[in-house]
Amino acid sequence: MNNSIAKEKIVSLRKKRSLEDMRFKYYGFTAMCLSLAVLVFLLYTIFSKGYTAFQKTIVLLEVDYNQEVLKLTPDSSDEDMEKGKFFRVKKQAIENFFPDLSKSDIKLVKKLFSINVDKEIKDYFLDNPEVINTKQQIWVTAHSDVDQLLKGNSRRDVPEDRRKLNDIQLSYVDQLVEENRVKQVFNNFFFTKADSRHPEIAGVAGSFMGSLFTLFTVFILSFPIAIGASVYLEEFAPKNRITELIEVNISNLAAVPSIVFGLLGLGVLLNVFGLPRSTPLVGGSVLALMTLPTIIIACRASLKAVPPSIKEGALAVGATKTQAVFHHVVPLALPGTLTGTIIGLAQALGETAPLIMIGMIAFIPNIPTGLTEPSAALPVQIYLWVESAERGFQEKSAAAIMVILIFLFMMNAIAVFLRNRFERKW
Amino acid sequence: MSNSKILANGVDVYYGSKQALFGISMDIKEKEVTALIGPSGCGKSTFLRCINRMNDLIEICKVSGSIKVDNEEIISEKTDVVSLRSKIGMVFQKPNPFPKSIFDNVAYGPTIHGLVDSKNELEEIVHSSLKKAGLFDEVKDRLNEPGTSLSGGQQQRLCIARAIAVNPEIILMDEPCSALDPIATAIIEELIDELRLNYTIIIVTHSMQQAARVSQKTCFFHLGELIETGETNKIFTNPDNTKTQDYITGRFG
Repeated sequence: MNNSIAKEKIVSLRKKRSLEDMRFKYYGFTAMCLSLAVLVFLLYTIFSKGYTAFQKTIVLLEVDYNQEVLKLTPDSSDEDMEKGKFFRVKKQAIENFFPDLSKSDIKLVKKLFSINVDKEIKDYFLDNPEVINTKQQIWVTAHSDVDQLLKGNSRRDVPEDRRKLNDIQLSYVDQLVEENRVKQVFNNFFFTKADSRHPEIAGVAGSFMGSLFTLFTVFILSFPIAIGASVYLEEFAPKNRITELIEVNISNLAAVPSIVFGLLGLGVLLNVFGLPRSTPLVGGSVLALMTLPTIIIACRASLKAVPPSIKEGALAVGATKTQAVFHHVVPLALPGTLTGTIIGLAQALGETAPLIMIGMIAFIPNIPTGLTEPSAALPVQIYLWVESAERGFQEKSAAAIMVILIFLFMMNAIAVFLRNRFERKW
Repeated sequence: MSNSKILANGVDVYYGSKQALFGISMDIKEKEVTALIGPSGCGKSTFLRCINRMNDLIEICKVSGSIKVDNEEIISEKTDVVSLRSKIGMVFQKPNPFPKSIFDNVAYGPTIHGLVDSKNELEEIVHSSLKKAGLFDEVKDRLNEPGTSLSGGQQQRLCIARAIAVNPEIILMDEPCSALDPIATAIIEELIDELRLNYTIIIVTHSMQQAARVSQKTCFFHLGELIETGETNKIFTNPDNTKTQDYITGRFG
């Protein structure tokens, strides 16, 4: 082939090749845009549905802390104060909420208030005992039906029998709005309370703590075991059939569906060992089993990435194998190991199925304070709320999704931070 | 005439089923520099790594025959590899300081062997080792900086200091200058010449000029066999074997 023909061929093919380059660049760009669009759509849906959950509706109620009604005197001790007849004060306050209410109207008005109002009236009094025998205007929590109506989540133009609030109640709410006796404020209950049958006082604090305790258990169980297993496999184990088999099966375990681990927990931890049902201890143990292979794989990869010359250097000055590994190889592999662990924990945080199997789906209205107390977990809480028929729980589930996503983002941010902070060059 | 420090007799090395060394026998004298030369893949590094049992790290590697260090057999199950390696230091082809401070790099060996009882003693050892390696004046103000921040030549001298710190009798050097520029190489060569007074040194090198400059004895390896061994002067001026002649005159390799 002579020179000019070769050049011509190169030029003509060059055009085709650069076209290919361009095409591939655009394919990649489109794929990225698509996934971004899906992500934005997802976040938008969650946010637009959930942001109202961060607000609650409160109503101004005039309460008469009459000592006769309370059956207390100004000199009563603190213990007696606790036993005051606050339900009678509340009853009276509701009877006088609007002027000239009939008996049936009172029933309707009562339904505008949250079940938590009794406690709010009591707490207000216990905080300010000097208000005895005075009339106080206090803001109390409205019922979820009022809350949803004012947030525009439930419609008022549907027939009366398909509404939570009937026409009379609607007119009451309108009157309250007109008289400025109702307003929306930040919903502290969402962050301080556990689950409840009443949407207006249901919060994520219980399931959040449950998830924290569960993750703590996962970390305590899986991190040391994973480090031990991966250091042994990577540095000490002889290379033979058995270790090969173990290696293959670790990868297999990482792919086992999580519900299988849940069944294992149900069958072994609960039924054989008799550990307490619905607790972070059991949930964490099951999730630790599930995340172990993931963490081991990440650990081994980062141990492998440590250059062998470092270990050789240590051995050459007379370090034993254990010293060379634990003084030099493990510290260098630690950032990668931690990153892998956090990613494993993030996976465990979002896991629902195994927790359902071991009973963490039970309705738990208290905030857990220990590993052996029954508790919910964030993903299970979301599942429970999504399933609930009450409209008030829908915004709650979206808001809980936001909480879990922020939790996850923070964990990933910590992973990235640790990697950048401790990564060493050699 | 000085004594025999290392005595190798019929050393065979196999990597799996492939034989890498064929019956190497060698006599290395105390406080001399012995250069191992030969083309790539001839087994000189393999032989070097037999002396401090670094070949143990390679699982498929099998060593047979006999190597005696100070009349003690080291190719044996019973050999205490850790104390052997504290007696035989090693410097690698690519400088491999630990990703720790300069001080900690040198202090590591003495610390794990329990050579020191106090901080002052440790400091003394570190300083004297750095001085012996000719690095102290360059780094005395920044002993807490990472060893990896030094230049290539300085890193290699740091590795030499690290090896010296455990007070070895023999230092093995596996192409210590192949990753260095000519100036750093010259400094290391000078250093080797000084170290000869206190240590027995075996150096693997690709550069025949280097072998001629630093060594008293030279061994020529070819295809896993020891072809010729003798006084460096003689090997480079009047070798007995024609293969040696061909290699040092650049006809192959």
